[in-house]
Amino acid sequence: MKAIDVENLSRRFGKIEAVKEISFAIEEGEIFGFLGPNGAGKTTTINMLCTLLRPGGGSARVNGFDIVRQRSDVRRSIGLVFQQSTLDEQLSAEQNLRFHGYAYGVPAALREQRIHDLLTMVELYDRRQHKVRTFSGGMKRRLEIARGLLHLPRVLFLDEPTLGLDPQTRKHIWDYLHDLRQRENLTIFLTTHYMDEAENCGRIAVIDHGRIVAMDTPDGLKNAVGGDLVTFSTADAQAAAQFVREQYHVEPQIQDGQVRFHVTSGETFLPDFVREFPQRLLSVGLRRPTLEDVFLSLTGHEIRDSELDAKDLMRQHMQRWQR
Amino acid sequence: MTEIWRGVWVVAYREILRFVGDRARFLSSFAMPLLFLIIFGAGFTRTIGALAQGVNYIQFMYPGIIAMTVLTSSLFAGMSVVADREFGFLKEILVAPIGRTGIVLGKAAGGSLVALIQALVMLVLAPILGVKLTPTLVLSLIPVVIILSLGLSSLGVLIASFMQSQQGFQLFVQILIFPLIFLAGVFFPVNNVPAWMEIISKVNPLTYGVDAIRQIFLGSAHGLGVTVFGHVMTVPSEMALVGVLGAFLLLGAVIVFNRQE
Repeated sequence: MKAIDVENLSRRFGKIEAVKEISFAIEEGEIFGFLGPNGAGKTTTINMLCTLLRPGGGSARVNGFDIVRQRSDVRRSIGLVFQQSTLDEQLSAEQNLRFHGYAYGVPAALREQRIHDLLTMVELYDRRQHKVRTFSGGMKRRLEIARGLLHLPRVLFLDEPTLGLDPQTRKHIWDYLHDLRQRENLTIFLTTHYMDEAENCGRIAVIDHGRIVAMDTPDGLKNAVGGDLVTFSTADAQAAAQFVREQYHVEPQIQDGQVRFHVTSGETFLPDFVREFPQRLLSVGLRRPTLEDVFLSLTGHEIRDSELDAKDLMRQHMQRWQR
Repeated sequence: MTEIWRGVWVVAYREILRFVGDRARFLSSFAMPLLFLIIFGAGFTRTIGALAQGVNYIQFMYPGIIAMTVLTSSLFAGMSVVADREFGFLKEILVAPIGRTGIVLGKAAGGSLVALIQALVMLVLAPILGVKLTPTLVLSLIPVVIILSLGLSSLGVLIASFMQSQQGFQLFVQILIFPLIFLAGVFFPVNNVPAWMEIISKVNPLTYGVDAIRQIFLGSAHGLGVTVFGHVMTVPSEMALVGVLGAFLLLGAVIVFNRQE
């Protein structure tokens, strides 16, 4: 049985088609990432899969349960960590977890055991009786991950799990997630617009404007771009691009005055290139393609690492005021 | 069905937990009732004298102030829905396998329990005001407060379903609360006022809640009770009226909350 099986799922808001007939399947124990810019349809897809939003068309099964007809079964079998904190900041860490245990009907003995184990795992056991409002952003996110796992879900949904966290905390959280997947054979479905975060996934679906434009392992996606990336700059970029086109039969791109193109086995290519290039080279670079390059070549635009939109900023502002 | 019940108790449990954990809210919720009791009591008791045999003004007003505490505290149940929405916790509740109906019933039940606790705390003042408390009085007060506060909590949740911000909710409830309180016979008997005011007061459902609580404290023999078309209202009939209205409000809240995405 697939952990998640999606067929032609779509959803529109008014005139905007947020998700357009997407299909994919996720195996049990897989870490699967949805990579795309803000507004690409990632959160809408998650909300449909976790039964918060009714799909406009198509169907999906999570752990074998239909997301429309078996909503309670779906809910019981999944854990969720949202983009924005959904903790009760007036309650302690332990009280938040206990509330969750009650709400999901976890038997008392198992509940207390899980609370102990999970709080220990995310290194918050010592602070279990502290109110959540005294926690840092990273601690809150760890607590939310612990809470999402309390009722032994088989799939964990993470919507931008490390948004707004510092690199160290992000690495820390990923260590937990890898550990968890091994220990509990957990399937993890996450959305992100961070390229380096997507590297943690077994497979990635690149999503743009509500459509899946590519789906493969991170390495597979990078290879599909066409090998290593050569970048160089010179006085006349247009003429240089023309030379590359004729000499090596590849289509170069010009970005910020730099000429970029992909070649296989760049290490052996580069010495020849430097010798053969007729003009004076100002700089030459060679690197393995990143997912950023993958996204650029698939969609023709860069993933906009856009800041939180205005509404989110407003909400954060209000929360600060009221605390 | 088990999901709904689990929802009711888990949501109500959290309301109580938050109430107990927030000392500032607990203390401030007594500020207004105490202010009214002290200022109006001190200001009017001597001027007005006895309203009936053995009932001075402050003893008349005191049961009304208890009803007022119940009103403000119950409407707070709605405030917590808006706050949960604003701070994101509502999402945690919405995705739990407990169903929307359970959430609404739990919010109403939680608000009602908090209101009951506050009403009982208000009883501490009784000896100071020269009001005699008996076990029977307290026991008959409890169901009346529960029926009244369930209806009012439902109203709070219903209002909250249409509100996006706490400020908006607060403003709306402020506007609603004052006419409700002033025209419910908290501060003066509604039988002896100009006709227009009498009509409004007798349409105001809170009037019957106030009167029921007052009858429990003062008995019904003082001629201060509310009459409708010449009939003196009894506590059971008043509770039936408040209860039916409350049931409609609760149903309304459940329907509206279920319909929202």
